[in-house]
Amino acid sequence: MAEIQTHEHDVIVIGAGGAGLRAAIEAAASGASVGLICKSLLGKAHTVMAEGGMAAAMGNVDDRDSWKVHFADTMRGGGYLNNWVMAELHAKEAPDRVRELEAWGALFDRTKDGRILQRNFGGHKYPRLAHVGDRTGLEMIRTLQDHGIHQGIEVYMEHTVTSLLLEGGSPGGPGLRPGSGARVIGAFGYDRERGRFRVFKAKAIVLATGGIGRAYKISSNSWEYTGDGHALAYEAGADLMDMEFVQFHPTGMVWPPSVRGILVTEGVRGEGGRLVNNQGKRFMFDDIPDLYKNQVAKDEDEAWRYVTHDKNANRPPELLTRDHVARCINREVKAGRGSPHGGVYLDIAWIKEKMPNAREHIKKKLPSMYHQFKELAGVDITTEAMEVGPTTHYVMGGVRVVGVTQMSTVPGLFAAGEVAAGLHGANRLGGNSLSDLLVFGKRAGEHAAQWAKSHSAPAPDTAQIDAASRQALSPFDRPTGENPYGVQHALQDLMQERAGIVRNHADMSAAVTGIAALKGRAARVGIDGNREYNSGWHTCLDLPNLLTVSEALALSALDRRESRGGHFREDFPDKSNEFESHNTVISKGRDGSMQLRREKIAPMREDLKKVIEENK
Amino acid sequence: MANPTLDNAYTVPDAADGLPDQPLDPGKPRHIEGTPVVFSLWSGQGDAAGYKDYRTHITDGMVVLDAVHQIQAESAPTLACRWNCKAGKCGSCSAEINGKPRLMCMTRLDTLDLTQPVTIEPMRAFPHIKDLVTDVSWNYRVKKRIKPFKPRKPDAPDGTWRMQQADVDRVQEFRKCIECFLCQDVCHVLRDHHKHEEFAGPRHFVYAAALEMHPLDTEDRLSQLKDEARIGYCNITKCCTKVCPEHITITDNAIIPLKERVVDEFYDPLTRLFRMFKPKK
Repeated sequence: MAEIQTHEHDVIVIGAGGAGLRAAIEAAASGASVGLICKSLLGKAHTVMAEGGMAAAMGNVDDRDSWKVHFADTMRGGGYLNNWVMAELHAKEAPDRVRELEAWGALFDRTKDGRILQRNFGGHKYPRLAHVGDRTGLEMIRTLQDHGIHQGIEVYMEHTVTSLLLEGGSPGGPGLRPGSGARVIGAFGYDRERGRFRVFKAKAIVLATGGIGRAYKISSNSWEYTGDGHALAYEAGADLMDMEFVQFHPTGMVWPPSVRGILVTEGVRGEGGRLVNNQGKRFMFDDIPDLYKNQVAKDEDEAWRYVTHDKNANRPPELLTRDHVARCINREVKAGRGSPHGGVYLDIAWIKEKMPNAREHIKKKLPSMYHQFKELAGVDITTEAMEVGPTTHYVMGGVRVVGVTQMSTVPGLFAAGEVAAGLHGANRLGGNSLSDLLVFGKRAGEHAAQWAKSHSAPAPDTAQIDAASRQALSPFDRPTGENPYGVQHALQDLMQERAGIVRNHADMSAAVTGIAALKGRAARVGIDGNREYNSGWHTCLDLPNLLTVSEALALSALDRRESRGGHFREDFPDKSNEFESHNTVISKGRDGSMQLRREKIAPMREDLKKVIEENK
Repeated sequence: MANPTLDNAYTVPDAADGLPDQPLDPGKPRHIEGTPVVFSLWSGQGDAAGYKDYRTHITDGMVVLDAVHQIQAESAPTLACRWNCKAGKCGSCSAEINGKPRLMCMTRLDTLDLTQPVTIEPMRAFPHIKDLVTDVSWNYRVKKRIKPFKPRKPDAPDGTWRMQQADVDRVQEFRKCIECFLCQDVCHVLRDHHKHEEFAGPRHFVYAAALEMHPLDTEDRLSQLKDEARIGYCNITKCCTKVCPEHITITDNAIIPLKERVVDEFYDPLTRLFRMFKPKK
């Protein structure tokens, strides 16, 4: 085996989106030597696609807002399955994280008196999202990137990690036994450009790898979203939690076919966009969930007053939580009331009835939506309605962590952002993701650095590294093996078909069986050519991760026989008491098979219960 | 000393030739499903690289990146191609399509002449790695050398700042940049004269402009722009502006104002005279 280059750091952060960058910056500020590994070029991570804004109860637009209301909104949105410790920290710390971003150069849209402007979003009682038009994610990642490159962080661009290294983790070693409590001591991977292997020695590792959206055919997620962090953590013995909860964003593009799934920001609805079926009916008024009965406008007039910042008005039903809106759209389409290409209409052009300069207003508030539709679909959103339908957007589930520190059940292994579970419970509110990245990215970086100070890192033994390289190279042993893209597409079709918005026992069982069959095919995928920027090889190595997260998702969804948040079972369409007080936890069993158990949620602190009562 | 903006009158053909000045409006997707199209992809590495022809089934509304992905899945599994968001927001899939620097994900096939082979090549101003992928790491090294954001002290009672929307709006155009590096690719100074070691390129002038015009920034980057970034090398052919997928008016709004400030600071005779009498710092 050729010499493998080794890099040594106190803290290795895997993933360079919002959470990873924020974690790296914090760890570096705490005096740790930090390596930041990203699969893409720096600044290209999926955070760039976030459009609407980041939620923080600063109260700049409505001074009735406070961390308490934000906390209550987040818990209600999450069907009360959230890790309430995280929900509290998030609501309290988000405003500081936003202001800190401004101090690093971010430029948000302003209120008339020069403060950060905040916009309305689904599930948030008050205007709460700090934003920059509809490209807030770009502003955030660029600010973190441009600040981060001056903090002495070593960045490894276009590197993929294929396994985590554990103390005693050589084949057959004690570290690999489930529940061994072995700590993480490094990571193994390769650089994508040249295909050379790399060993990263570290005292602490932060996973910030994002989500799993590429397991589905229709998805707003980039190619990077293959569940790498979920799978790395699982293989290292960590718990995954809440994997049944996937968010289908209600509004993705549906036509032309090649753009199907591309995100249409909730900001369109925040600015007054209405959802209409093919009979011209604004159907969202038809079905208001009980939890929100007191918070929804009674008619279109009140809805319009809300989006134009009338403090006495309630929100339009289009701004209910994403799980609900997605199901309503699904219902309209199934009932034959959809648009020609299988979606419904999202109309922002209608606001010209309400304001004289509507065209300019739309172009200013939603510039990238304007361009996206103009350039990809030939639709002018200032004069025509968009066609939209649900698209896979976000996974609430992820690595189970301790709320305060973000450490997983594997010592020294931390997780932050989408790859971590807990904050969002059964359903995430729009805008809570960007703030999640900052709040818990910072916490993970801080605590990883602290951990690194008090722990040494034993060198990973060569047997462990040899095993990792053999595994990574195995697709080249089968130059005429199965086409990796074929297996990936088959998985995407299966998950789309069986584990989508509406689920039932038969479909979920079929998904579990189907995934098992695909695992067999994935073991036979092969590729020829060399190791330099070989997309087929990369796809071979992504497959096991996608299959692991898909299996965890399907098993969890099969077990939760109720409907809550992003998880809707047509055979159990209501919430159930049996399932209201536990999370579904997935871990690797002694025999290597996937194990599921239900874990009781810790009882909420009395003062927080009161906060929720007060905000009912 | 000669005015740097008038030096270096490059007269080489222009990779942005033929591109419209105004943002493209491709209109409603045309019906192209099933049209037989040949895609000539730059394939391979080093001296062995060259065009290779592929065919794939095309559908209405398809973009170039879709075709590349289909080719990858059907007949060229090892094909190297960088991409990420597929929505024109990350700036990863930069390439030269029929010789024009474009994002593959935002170039609809029905805007191209499909009776001729569609050529897809990597960006030419950077070292080639393989197939459609080039080594763009130089851009990251250049950026790191530009003096970072340095805000003035918070001056509002709550320990933050007040800014007016109008002041924010002025900079937003530059902050839209998705770092696709197409402007770098098309710039003569880099593409034809290979001044990578001396010249920062349009992307980094946009970056510098965003910092210089930031309402809170207090740093002075003028001498750096003159001596290290060599903004004087730019002879304002506006090729960068033509290829910008974010429609940033790079030359007029970012580069020219910076050039003017450099000239005012370092070449204006009155300023120089005034400086002779100013006490040394």
